[in-house]
Amino acid sequence: MELLSGADMIARFLQDEGIEYIYGYPGGAALHIYDALFRQDKVKHILVRHEQAATHAADGYARASGKAGCVLVTSGPGATNAVTGIATAYMDSIPMVVLCGQVASHLIGEDAFQETDIVGVTRPIVKHSFSIRHPSEIPEVLKKAFYLASTGRPGPVVVDIPKDMTAPTERYEYVYPKKVKLRSYNPVTRGHTGQIKKAVEMMLKAKRPVFYTGGGVVTGKASEGLTDLVKQLGYPITTTLMGIGAYPQSDRQCLGWLGMHGSYESNMAMHHADLIIAIGARFDDRVTNNTSKFCPTAKIIHVDVDPSSISKTVRADVPIVGPASSVINEMISLVQGHNVAHPEALTEWWEKIDGWRADREGKLYEPSKPGEALKPQEVIEALCRVTRGEAYVTTDVGQHQMFAAQYYKFDKPNRLITSGGLGTMGFGFPAAMGIKQNYPDDDVVCVTGEGSFQMMMQELSTCKQYGVGVKIVNLNNASLGMVRQWQDLNYKSRHAHSYMESLPDFHMLIEAYGFTAITVNTLDELEPALERAFADKHELVFLDVKVDPFEHVYPMQVPLGAMRDMLLSKTERT
Amino acid sequence: MRHIISILLENEPGALSRVVGLFSQRNFNIETLNVAPTEDPSLSRLTVTTVGDDRVIEQITKHLNKLIDVVKLVDLTEGNHIERELMLVKVKALGAARDEVKRTVDIFRAQIVDVTPSLYTVQITGDAGKLDAFLQAMAPVGILEVARTGVSGIARGDKVLSL
Ligand SMILES: Cc1ncc(C[n+]2csc(CCOP(=O)(O)OP(=O)(O)O)c2C)c(N)n1
Ligand SMILES: [Mg+2]
Repeated sequence: MELLSGADMIARFLQDEGIEYIYGYPGGAALHIYDALFRQDKVKHILVRHEQAATHAADGYARASGKAGCVLVTSGPGATNAVTGIATAYMDSIPMVVLCGQVASHLIGEDAFQETDIVGVTRPIVKHSFSIRHPSEIPEVLKKAFYLASTGRPGPVVVDIPKDMTAPTERYEYVYPKKVKLRSYNPVTRGHTGQIKKAVEMMLKAKRPVFYTGGGVVTGKASEGLTDLVKQLGYPITTTLMGIGAYPQSDRQCLGWLGMHGSYESNMAMHHADLIIAIGARFDDRVTNNTSKFCPTAKIIHVDVDPSSISKTVRADVPIVGPASSVINEMISLVQGHNVAHPEALTEWWEKIDGWRADREGKLYEPSKPGEALKPQEVIEALCRVTRGEAYVTTDVGQHQMFAAQYYKFDKPNRLITSGGLGTMGFGFPAAMGIKQNYPDDDVVCVTGEGSFQMMMQELSTCKQYGVGVKIVNLNNASLGMVRQWQDLNYKSRHAHSYMESLPDFHMLIEAYGFTAITVNTLDELEPALERAFADKHELVFLDVKVDPFEHVYPMQVPLGAMRDMLLSKTERT
Repeated sequence: MRHIISILLENEPGALSRVVGLFSQRNFNIETLNVAPTEDPSLSRLTVTTVGDDRVIEQITKHLNKLIDVVKLVDLTEGNHIERELMLVKVKALGAARDEVKRTVDIFRAQIVDVTPSLYTVQITGDAGKLDAFLQAMAPVGILEVARTGVSGIARGDKVLSL
């Protein structure tokens, strides 16, 4: 039997759970835990420069690896600084465990120094939370936390740890709990066979089907199955922003992604479909536009592991509660050996879709003319070429995010890492840092904007400390571009506080940390700069790319319209 | 439509706030809420009455079921059920009204549980409609204070909500 203090139990549990990196920032209430981490060397602690970055780094790692990320912060301001990152993970269903120091039990409720009710503060943005009430509970509670975070519909779990629970003087028996007992939590392991049969019958009879798949396919590790199923049926597929890469985008059946800034052909196909096969997607408002005009002629099959996602905003005709992977596998075995009922209708359907594609071909944006400012789209296309479409691409939030998602072609899941649900500026750089540390031999690039980057740029210091060789592509339009676009469209171009008048000299800023910065002004400088940036996998390089500040993201759905109602450029609309 | 949802909840600190928080977070409405321990010390029983169309009620039950602290849940209004609420009311009881109040209390099969020279404290149980009717009957006399427990309920017949 092994006797350990609460703090040592935490360190030991993390080892036994196979956690390699924990992202955090110390402070009074967490110091016993920090001391325990110091006295071991299996779990590596990464000292960020702001707790929000710790959560984004753990989140980035979780998205890329499919495993839970882990964060350690102190009470009060340490914990509240982590809140944005917890909300970001919650909105995108990312597995994460956040350990928060707390003031000692006898002080709770007294407004003690650095006391915050973090369980209360985070209640609406966590999958679940725990407060430790006795040191002996620690192994079991931590096991539950990791189990809850990473099963069913994943999400962040907060564990509040009063300082006296980790006191070095009190020791209790430690056993790593191999199993978890939770009487009220039994995530479904498979869908209802009768419903799946019904769905497959409808799928085989469809004349204008579209697969619409989301982040649930990525977090549910169902990409391979999905690809098989879609290829077998030969149907078109569109994904959500979060679902990008679950089906190879370079394949002809992939229409790109859908919704507010989705591709023309995706939104048109959705609008005209007679059957929508939604898997691991949640019909959110950035996808559906006006739900009362959404896909007027379609029946809807909806597969989701979370029953509360089904029929939340759009009524499903065939609801199937179950994990994407097992439902898809069952669908595959039911489809096998059967022919589609209306091959001639499907041929017509594809002709229509190819027509929509052809309509927009070569018209997506106007390339820059010699001597003019670069177009952000050109930068992403070049980035995709130079990295052969294989990099992990994280983004911040704004126009650059949409351009990255539109013009980089992803053939694998978990490669576009972006804050879709919460839309958190500041997410991209720390997320890239978390990924790069865990995948040191891969290219990891953060596509950012000068606005977003300034929200988390203190992490340059963390990258310096740990030698993290991420690449940063700053699409510098000297403005809060996405805000400005909305102001152009809805406020007669009154640019209220969307212009950044006092930008730093990014070149000097990056060099101050000892890194390489390259400024790019013209098209002919672009590819050589990118080649240079990606020459050494272990070097942090920052590209400050000056791009056209007047560019807009298109297509853009018209507010309150149907899927097919889109602005296609500054002068065209559907 | 009005629904009565009964929940077996882990008897843990913070569990109740998760349920209540869910309603405000998702803009669901709570009409009454009633919570107390059960014969099993690890469980509380919570009963909430809420109003919404089928879509809203479906969302409410799904989201409640998602809470880790919710062990079991039933929408009592889906079947035959018994609904009870207890109310304590202080009413003015002066002069002629004193007898009048007493008569009304008898008609409603309520009880007078405390008396002063100027008022009666009445205890009454029943479904929410009966309690409302009693308050309406007492209004002309003068209601001084009302304490209602909120609705509690249980299914009729052999159906049992347990682990
Ligand atoms: C933390 C946070 N604050 C505000 C916003 C609202 N917002 C969305 S996009 C945007 C502008 C982003 O500017 P920049 O990073 O330069 O990207 P650009 O659109 O110019 O490419 C803002 C302010 C947000 N998404 N996140
Ligand atoms: Mg910008």
